[in-house]
Amino acid sequence: MTRTVLCASALVLLALACEREDRDFHSDPAAATPKPNIVMSSLQPGPVAVIPKTEAPYDDNAWMTAEGMRLYHQMNCSGCHFEGGGGIGPPLMDDEWIYGSDPANIYATIAEGRPGGMPPWGTRMTPQQIWTVVSYVRSLSGLTPRGARPGRSDHMSGNLAPQNRTPEKPKPTFTPPASWRP
Amino acid sequence: MPAFATGDDGQWVRPARDYASTRYSAMAEITPQNVSQLKVAFTFATGVLRGHEEAPIVANNTMYIVTPFPNILYALDLTQPGAPLKWTFKPQPDAAAQGVACCDVVNRGVAYADGRIVMNTLDAQTIAVDATSGKQLWRTRVGDINTGESVTMAPLIVKDKVLVGNSGGEFGVRGWLTALDLATGRIVWRAYATGPDSLVKIGPRFKPFYDVNKGKDLGVTSFPPEKWKTGGGTMWGWISYDPDLNIVYAGTGNPGPWDPDSRPGRNLWTSGIFARDADSGDALWFYQWNPHDMHDYDGINEQLLLDLPIGGRTRKVLVRPERNGYLYVLDRTTGEVLSADPFGFINSSKGVDLRTGELILNPDKAPVLGKVVRDICPAAPGAKDWQPSSYSPRTGLLYLPHQNLCMDFESVEANYIMGTPYVGANVKMFAGPGGNRGFFTAWDIVGRKVAWQVKEDFPVWSGALATAGDVVFYGTLDGWFKAVDAHTGALLWKFRTGSGIISQPITYRGPDGKQYVAVVDGVGGWAGAIVAGSLDARDSLAALGMANAMRDLPQKVAKGGTVYVFALP
Ligand code: HEC
Repeated sequence: MTRTVLCASALVLLALACEREDRDFHSDPAAATPKPNIVMSSLQPGPVAVIPKTEAPYDDNAWMTAEGMRLYHQMNCSGCHFEGGGGIGPPLMDDEWIYGSDPANIYATIAEGRPGGMPPWGTRMTPQQIWTVVSYVRSLSGLTPRGARPGRSDHMSGNLAPQNRTPEKPKPTFTPPASWRP
Repeated sequence: MPAFATGDDGQWVRPARDYASTRYSAMAEITPQNVSQLKVAFTFATGVLRGHEEAPIVANNTMYIVTPFPNILYALDLTQPGAPLKWTFKPQPDAAAQGVACCDVVNRGVAYADGRIVMNTLDAQTIAVDATSGKQLWRTRVGDINTGESVTMAPLIVKDKVLVGNSGGEFGVRGWLTALDLATGRIVWRAYATGPDSLVKIGPRFKPFYDVNKGKDLGVTSFPPEKWKTGGGTMWGWISYDPDLNIVYAGTGNPGPWDPDSRPGRNLWTSGIFARDADSGDALWFYQWNPHDMHDYDGINEQLLLDLPIGGRTRKVLVRPERNGYLYVLDRTTGEVLSADPFGFINSSKGVDLRTGELILNPDKAPVLGKVVRDICPAAPGAKDWQPSSYSPRTGLLYLPHQNLCMDFESVEANYIMGTPYVGANVKMFAGPGGNRGFFTAWDIVGRKVAWQVKEDFPVWSGALATAGDVVFYGTLDGWFKAVDAHTGALLWKFRTGSGIISQPITYRGPDGKQYVAVVDGVGGWAGAIVAGSLDARDSLAALGMANAMRDLPQKVAKGGTVYVFALP
């Protein structure tokens, strides 16, 4: 009896762990790509409606998140945002989001670009690739499940690995970039 | 001082004041005895909250201020109480240009001549505006942000031409210096910093002092095949002009990418200095501060053109406090290095061989692909960055605002995607020996030694201003505008502005005949990016590793952008 339970739970754990490492090679981009519901303000016209949030397909997938991390460096996101602390572009590891922290918002930010110097990547990466980057970007501020976040930080920074970061509470407001306020 | 740099009409028509770039004013009303009585005469808020590196410009009783992006140009009427706004010119640069500005969206100032103000915008346009009406006269696109180019430098007007250079050394752009016709904005010539001789404007008149710089198309052959096209050498700093020799002097920035292993060779003509014919742009001589630069030591700092007694006779020299930490004195007619002495802590090199002019590198501090090389001094911004020094002929001292930073450096393979950063290095900076991150140093040029030095907690990222009253001014990142004694460095007066100071202080004679001193605050630039860009220093690599060294700055100052003008009561 106990043995069966043990076995069963081992299997369950294994299955979960396996899913964490699932490699999504063959998905048809169109089908795999949730159509994002994008909201850019907490103020709604008329009675407040519940707008269904778009789930990020790879938030709980460590392997795909790692793929997002690879692309983040290969596409030179790191040249403008560094390892999340920002430089030319704003920090991505903190609780401030100009254009929203929901997966759909981040997806749109990456795919469309943003006027203050964020290039559009929709023509350079597939939707699936962008979703992996979305999950990596979210992992930087601990918004994805701990087990799926990268466990080691890059080379020499000495930064805390995303896995060991305390999740930030994204602020619900959209703040225009500082340089837009003259 | 050469004759062409003397004389003071009380105006300040270009950031460096005179063509010799002394930033020295002959006004002597403000002295060590009375400077403590300085009071605010008026202030003006620019409404922009990014790093203000610009110098206020004063001509015909009007003060001109250009802001960081979006590069608004304001004209203030100095004849009226409180200096009210005369007009505003909004060039409306493309907001996307902010994505290709490596180190904050700064602008280093405008220039005045012949009733015109000439300005550059971050999205690489040069614009002439009528100085009286604020109406646009012409506008020329000089570069393309989609290739990573931007313009942050202050244009220099020489006779009937405007000289402009590009920024983007961290984006794999190709550096250039270009001349526009002051009357029409038409591009007259352009000289690149890499590529074949024809594009560099190297021809029969080119006579470099050292043999290593002689040969055909070295701007191609000193790079691996095709790499010169993304090889850097931008000109985002300072130009000086000798009207007697009719020569303009301008440096060239770092080679790209930072990862040196990807570009074996001397990488000519990056990280050096050209003397060019002021009319045609033809190269006359060249000297390379950092052959095959490995540490982002851009060669674009200010050069002061002085006539100094050296070796028993007066020589026409060019004085350059270089990013690599040496204070160079060159013969400005030939490009020969007369002396090169360290003014900051250096371990990336071991000196300059005065026989060959070659920098002697320290192989222990040479970056290697995939390896972390620790404790390289000075760090990427050098022992001194763009922040211009000032010279007083009364003391013979050069007043140097600079920093004391070291770095860990890891070369990684860079991926070239046009319009995005092309760096290939992870960098982490920290305070150099002593723990203070900045200095304000008075350097005895002829004696080749430090005369006195003030330690500053933060890098001194503002320019310096020397005056005939023997008072020297500079500002600090944590918001203090300071006056020190030109002979001793003793602090005489300080004023706390609203934000941090990274701009270039100036002085002028007001319509009432009084001496005024002006400075702009507004923290930012590379050193202050952590505040201007609200960066997160938990990432020690943020802002090319600068955020790590500046992690306590956000506890000291907030963003700002205000002009402060002072006078004696
Ligand atoms: C050329 C520089 C540059 C590159 C390369 C770049 N970004 Fe950005 N990014 C910016 C800038 C600048 C902004 C701010 C734009 C604005 O305020 O309009 C930004 C904004 C963002 C935001 C929005 C942050 C917020 O607070 O809402 C995200 C997310 C982001 N970038 C992710 C990425 C990713 C992922 C990549 C790589 C695929 C990338 N960026 C590449 C410059 C860059």
